[in-house]
Amino acid sequence: MAVWRVVRPGGPRAVGAAWFGSALLIAAAALLPIVSLAWIAAGADGGHWRHLVDHVLPVALSNTVVLLCGVALIVTAVGTACAWLVTAYDFPGRRTLGWALLLPLAMPTYIVAYVYLDMLHPIGPVQGAIRWLLGYDSPRQFRLPDLRSMGGAIVLMGCVLYPYVYLTMRALFASQSRRLLEAARTLGEGRWGAFRRVAWPLARPALAVGLSLALLETLNDIGASEFLGINTLTVSIYSTWVTRSDLAAAAQIACAMLVAVAGLMVLEAHGRRHQRFGNTRNQDGMTPIRLQGAWAWGATVATAIPVVLGFVAPAAYLVVDVVQRLASGQHLTVNLYNGLRNSVGLALGVSALVVAGGLVVAWTDRRISAASPPSTWLTRAASVGYAVPGSVLAIGLLAPGLAIDRAWAWLTDAPGLPLMNFGAILVGACCIRFMAMSAGSIGAGLSRIAPEIEQSARLLGETHVGTLRRVHLPLLRPAIAVAALLVFVDAMKELPVTLLLRPMNFDTLATVLYGEAARGAYEEGALAALAIVLAGLLPVVWLARTQFTSHSPRKPAS
Amino acid sequence: MKPITRTLVATVLAALGATAVPASAQTAGEVTVYTTREPALIQPLLTAFTSRTGTKVNTVFVKDGLLERVKAEGDRSPADVLMTVDVGNLVDLVEGGVTQPVKSRELASAIPPQLRGADDQWFALSMRARVLYADKDLALKSLHYEDLADPRWKGKVCIRSGQHPYNTALVAALIAHDGEARTEQWLRGVKANLARKASGGDRDVARDILGGICDVGLANSYYVGQMKAAKEGTDARKWGDAIKVVRPTFDNPRSGTHVNISGAAVARHAPNQAGAVRLLEFLVSEPAQALYAQINFEYPVRKGVALDPIIGATIGELKIDSLQLADIARHRKQASVLVDKVGFDQ
Repeated sequence: MAVWRVVRPGGPRAVGAAWFGSALLIAAAALLPIVSLAWIAAGADGGHWRHLVDHVLPVALSNTVVLLCGVALIVTAVGTACAWLVTAYDFPGRRTLGWALLLPLAMPTYIVAYVYLDMLHPIGPVQGAIRWLLGYDSPRQFRLPDLRSMGGAIVLMGCVLYPYVYLTMRALFASQSRRLLEAARTLGEGRWGAFRRVAWPLARPALAVGLSLALLETLNDIGASEFLGINTLTVSIYSTWVTRSDLAAAAQIACAMLVAVAGLMVLEAHGRRHQRFGNTRNQDGMTPIRLQGAWAWGATVATAIPVVLGFVAPAAYLVVDVVQRLASGQHLTVNLYNGLRNSVGLALGVSALVVAGGLVVAWTDRRISAASPPSTWLTRAASVGYAVPGSVLAIGLLAPGLAIDRAWAWLTDAPGLPLMNFGAILVGACCIRFMAMSAGSIGAGLSRIAPEIEQSARLLGETHVGTLRRVHLPLLRPAIAVAALLVFVDAMKELPVTLLLRPMNFDTLATVLYGEAARGAYEEGALAALAIVLAGLLPVVWLARTQFTSHSPRKPAS
Repeated sequence: MKPITRTLVATVLAALGATAVPASAQTAGEVTVYTTREPALIQPLLTAFTSRTGTKVNTVFVKDGLLERVKAEGDRSPADVLMTVDVGNLVDLVEGGVTQPVKSRELASAIPPQLRGADDQWFALSMRARVLYADKDLALKSLHYEDLADPRWKGKVCIRSGQHPYNTALVAALIAHDGEARTEQWLRGVKANLARKASGGDRDVARDILGGICDVGLANSYYVGQMKAAKEGTDARKWGDAIKVVRPTFDNPRSGTHVNISGAAVARHAPNQAGAVRLLEFLVSEPAQALYAQINFEYPVRKGVALDPIIGATIGELKIDSLQLADIARHRKQASVLVDKVGFDQ
């Protein structure tokens, strides 16, 4: 049994007022928009619920549940299987695939939806080729079923979102002690048994982090769902707010959804409340087993499929599109330089702030609650910004954000709205939005470091900050890198918060792309989409080179 | 400091510094536009305004939540002009208390009264018709919107989400013409005729007609111009070439084709109120109205401005429905509720 239970050590330990205060401030900032939403929600009577219960919720709720279950199944299976394959086995292309599996992260879901709709459309290349093979000349004689269906949406979102699970699972498997698995094997388990009974249960906190990110992304998606005609709860929030101009009622639905999400997360944490995950041994990576012959190529193909579906095919489509447009002499009208600069600047700034904030929150949480499950109330509160749709979060932030702005302007005697104009509100909103990724990843990373380590460091006279700096930070590097990567690529893709809270004359690649897409000219946005993808590639490659490879000390990095 | 901390701090400062927008509030004389219209559609017009008057125009393109943002900004809002599409959205701005009435002889003479808000709180700047795209080989000359519920179209109709403002406005017009009960029947009938889920955008109607998924569908008029004017060989051009356009009317002889608008209002706390009015006056001037027609393929609101030739040839002059825009705005919530009730998008 590799999951061991630790006797509750004593009560909360001091963490220092500065740390506790900062963590509290971050959590409070994250809760601000939610409180504001609840306030907005309180302004509506319940009259619209009659209509919702009668006509909207039954279908929207069941659609949402089916979509979430389907996506959960796909991302867990694909993400875990690929992470395990590239960690535990060696096969042709393993190194490349190890990082290539992350690439779909760089793809905005709604772009992938658009691309597949186009490729698989009756007049698209795929069905065209099939008709040519079968000898039909018109789509009216033969066509495949429409992608615009629940099944299509599940597969599509699964292909794009599995990297959240893959990433957290990979980081976990990579840092899992080889000895635990060897012990399991010595005790008579096969490779599969070692996975099922040791690696998998140990992976649960990491899976919870990755899966919840993927599912929240699914839940809060609006672009792809609209494309594919899937009416989820989020779509009903939109029609209530935008079409019926009933923001208060929309806020009520959003709050109800948030309560449900929070409930599920608490249940999940409750389910593993007695489990403690710690590892005091030195963290030798496992030595991958070299696969032979058909097995080896089978593994290559199996891990390549998600990369092709989630990244290579849509990226190739974008490239072909851009090249065709350039070749046909159409000039690209979009001012990409500004968009690129703003996107990268925003994403870098937000990632750095969010990583620092996540570290503060996760460490404080660990210190004040060393006995309870690793993810506790501070982390949960700070993570709440990811549990509501982006534009709903932005709406919730408008009132408190601008109140602060006015106060600031009054204090400094500045004209207008200085924080809004400077983009500070936008940056703050993005930080709130993405804090979950960082606090979650770092919290999960911390949970794998046994409390004994810090007890030893403290006994040797190190302060808690010194312990963090000299002991935990080096051990946490993979988790921090994962957090930074997730936040960076998501901030590159971020759309709804930027749209609502940006200063004047401020465009990011995502808003440029959306501006074209919203007027139906997706092809005009192809270059912006490609730029988002390319900018997202760099950190993925960097992460792969610095983190994943350096984690097998037995094999000198090549 | 540890290297990692230093790196973090340096990154934050560098990144935010690179991104930082000039913090200076707009200087006097500039006009700031908050718009839900896509930049590519209005930038040429704003550029023309700047080159004519020397007045710089700042823009913020917001999609959903324009009203909420302006409300929250209150009297410190930099917004001078609020620009959006769909009459319902304009009425929402007025009801949200973020607009002001405008006295301008220029605007009043250029824009017919039914295309202005009560008290001149908003102004239509361009029009678009909700027309029928049909397979180019289909023998169909005219149509009542009501006919789309006829079982003869079973499995042949494509349309975007019923909750999209373009569709709720049409449904609202149907309620005003035919009453709620008949409109509900109509929605059920159209829903039963759909060839695919009510989803995607207006151009998908043309694409799906080319793809053999459907024969007809409702969509906005300007996409026809965009698609048919697209370069030879592009996808958009292929979609555009696959369709012809029928101008539907409602099922009564005095009615015409359903039209929606793009429009603008002067913000209640506009720092540059005079500049805002000048911009609106420019937007309804003959050269700007011609740009609306030529670049965006929309129908001008000003009389005597020529249509784009492609729109003229494929759709032609409109017989605009007699219904007041205000009546349409009044029924749109009812329309949205009906769309949900019949499960139109399911």
